[in-house]
Amino acid sequence: MPSAPTPATEVRNDRAEPRKNGRRFDPHRFGPVVGLLLLLIVGTALNPDFATWDNLMNVLTRTAFIGIISIGMCFVIISGGIDLSVGSMAALIAGGMILLMNALAGSVGSPVAVVMLGMLFALLLGGGFGLAHGYLITRGRIEPFIVTLGTLGIFRAVLTWLADGGAITLDNDLSDAYGPVYYGSLLGIPVPVWVFLAVSVAGAVLLNRTAFGRYVQAIGSNEQVARFAAVDVDRVKLLTYGLLGVCVGVATVLYVPRLGSASPTTGLLWELEAIAAVIVGGTSFKGGEGRIAGTVIGAVLLSVISNILNLTSIISVYLNAAVQGCVIIAVAFLQRRRP
Amino acid sequence: MSLHVAFDGITKEFGPVRVLHGVGFDLHPGRVHGLLGENGAGKSTLMKILAGYHAPTSGTLGIDGEPVTFRNSRDAEKRGIVLIHQELSLADDLTVAQNMFLGHEIKRGWLLDDRAMREQATAALRQVGFERDPDTKVRDLIVAEKQLVEIAKAQLRNARLLIMDEPTASLTPSECDRLFGLIDRLRRDGVTIVYISHKLDEVERITDEVIVMRDGRFVARAPTAETPRQRMAELMVGRELTDMFPDKHIPALGKPLMTVRGLTVPGWAEDVSFDLHPGEILGFAGLVGAGRTELFEGILGLRPRSGGTVEIEGRPVALRSPREAMRNGLTYLSEDRKGKGLHVNMGLRDNLTLMTLRHHAQPLLSPASEERALEHAVTSFGIRGNPQGTASSLSGGNQQKLAIAKFLEPDPRVFVLDEPTRGVDVGAKRDIYFLIARLAAEGRGVIVISSELIELIGLCHRVIVMRGRRVTATVPADRLSEEELIAHAIGTHTRH
Repeated sequence: MPSAPTPATEVRNDRAEPRKNGRRFDPHRFGPVVGLLLLLIVGTALNPDFATWDNLMNVLTRTAFIGIISIGMCFVIISGGIDLSVGSMAALIAGGMILLMNALAGSVGSPVAVVMLGMLFALLLGGGFGLAHGYLITRGRIEPFIVTLGTLGIFRAVLTWLADGGAITLDNDLSDAYGPVYYGSLLGIPVPVWVFLAVSVAGAVLLNRTAFGRYVQAIGSNEQVARFAAVDVDRVKLLTYGLLGVCVGVATVLYVPRLGSASPTTGLLWELEAIAAVIVGGTSFKGGEGRIAGTVIGAVLLSVISNILNLTSIISVYLNAAVQGCVIIAVAFLQRRRP
Repeated sequence: MSLHVAFDGITKEFGPVRVLHGVGFDLHPGRVHGLLGENGAGKSTLMKILAGYHAPTSGTLGIDGEPVTFRNSRDAEKRGIVLIHQELSLADDLTVAQNMFLGHEIKRGWLLDDRAMREQATAALRQVGFERDPDTKVRDLIVAEKQLVEIAKAQLRNARLLIMDEPTASLTPSECDRLFGLIDRLRRDGVTIVYISHKLDEVERITDEVIVMRDGRFVARAPTAETPRQRMAELMVGRELTDMFPDKHIPALGKPLMTVRGLTVPGWAEDVSFDLHPGEILGFAGLVGAGRTELFEGILGLRPRSGGTVEIEGRPVALRSPREAMRNGLTYLSEDRKGKGLHVNMGLRDNLTLMTLRHHAQPLLSPASEERALEHAVTSFGIRGNPQGTASSLSGGNQQKLAIAKFLEPDPRVFVLDEPTRGVDVGAKRDIYFLIARLAAEGRGVIVISSELIELIGLCHRVIVMRGRRVTATVPADRLSEEELIAHAIGTHTRH
């Protein structure tokens, strides 16, 4: 017997056809890959140095910070939230861990142990900040945009105050012990790239193969439905922010040995780069669906752009942000849904 | 000033779903037509085509003898056709006058002519008996007043044909009377009216003739005076009413499965007490706003409770969330299927297993195990549609079966269904009734909240009636009748 949808369905279905599934070309899934491939071809054509192993590893190493943060951000955005504070958070974590390590350097003998403690502190601090966000958002019922806009200012101001407007610098002995975390490599692949890879794989498994990941998608797709389906919405949301905080901690742990200092400009605009990577990767800004692999590709794509600008002289490197901006808008245009 | 409408072979498809199958009939000038049909019969779709909100897939719409094509509702408005929506479509933050002229503002040069608009609005409002200041914000009006504003707005556009979709759904009896008086006056002024309602007593009272649709087809038309209500209902359902429902096996009343005592949900339900027994189908009847849905949202912990106790299988419980309710053997399927029941953009499998993901995690989720659960649900609940598609690709009836399957996955002892057959076609309705009977036969307690009296009478072992936040009656199976339930629901019952 033919059956008819309710009046409510009729309105919704009028224009949007039932979503195609299966093998049809899906711009959300393949758009970023195609974009990245095109960029790689362009880069290779413009400069022979582009397609070298060293350059590739260089790009991936630089991508690692934003990439790791954007994986955490991907969870938050899929659940329907946002975190604007991650750049400031990274700066404050960096400053905090350097201060702690410098203070411990006298009392704890081995520099390696000091660095380990510093790293642990960074992860805990990140997780703590994230959980604090989650707590204010779920229990406090404040919009995530507002909460993290507030902490964006707070984190950076506290760092600036701790640094007295200047930089907080890691002691030399510790820098030597800490250096390999950024500069070292394993099997020819730099440590940050390994960590990036590990976080990506863990993120993909968490999102697609665990109950938590399914709940994150369900909440972003329709929070009410999830609540009625006995999902502990507040707890899951809280955990997404905590997870993002830990990701920021991991990124900071990799970042600190690179310069050995934290200043008021550390991590500046990282939040926008991380959000851009997630969106370029095909995750819906409204939440509900998204992909870790897409996010990784989005992050790589954005740093490949600046790499190409650095290696070639066709477009001034000062226009880097402009080119990235154009790419972001272009990708969003290609991925737009029918109204 | 009246107009004549002719539908000829109108079909409408939404994606793969055909909602209208060559509908053809006429609407005569200056008459009140009752358009009857169950949810999903296609009435609303047809009326949206008439009012320019949808274009027909094929067929022609004729107005006063000429074929017309409306590109949008403005085109239809120009011909004097206005649809008054079920969910009233007024902007809450604008004033009454601003709403009435929305999109048709009167201007003087570049600026809005507020005074002229206010004057015209006041005049039109007075005609429909709206007494308040046109500068009142719509937010501050009650539903009945909003309806008057809608009608006045239509008058302002010189409506010659008014379509009213369930206009009395949230009106009190005296507000209904006022609306019927207004409809009568509009008819005398020569306005053609299409009146869509499930309340057959109203249809009997104010329409000149009834037109019945079923499953996207025109079924019959007849003068109202010659069509008894029982006949109207049978035309809508398309079979003898006795076939629709499974036989009742009223269980012996032993120890109750669920006991509610003196439960109060502030603003919605006061001092509600009832028992539910294993194997029992307990109905909840009442008008919209009587507090039935809110009572159960209170029991689930979604609304604050200020008093009372709930026991499930003898254990006192104070539920704070649907999650705790599920753990205590109670699940609730909301009346709002798309807003609270299913993730329509997600797949069938993801929807089905959302409440019981732990069973499919080892510790990583096993797609194969979820797939088996889906296959099982598809067969045992008769869900028809593409199992790999999204829930939105299913028809209303199959979505509802999926939703029922989802909320049964945790194997609840007590299952609450709120409006279980809303937006469901006749065939699926019957399936759902038999399914509910099966659940009860398995020893579960089933609670059915419904606004369709026929459904409560045909299905339930006992029906509790609520009116104005309180339980007014508990009607046993042998006394169930429409008159009895309506009398308790609107408070005109005198025998007790």
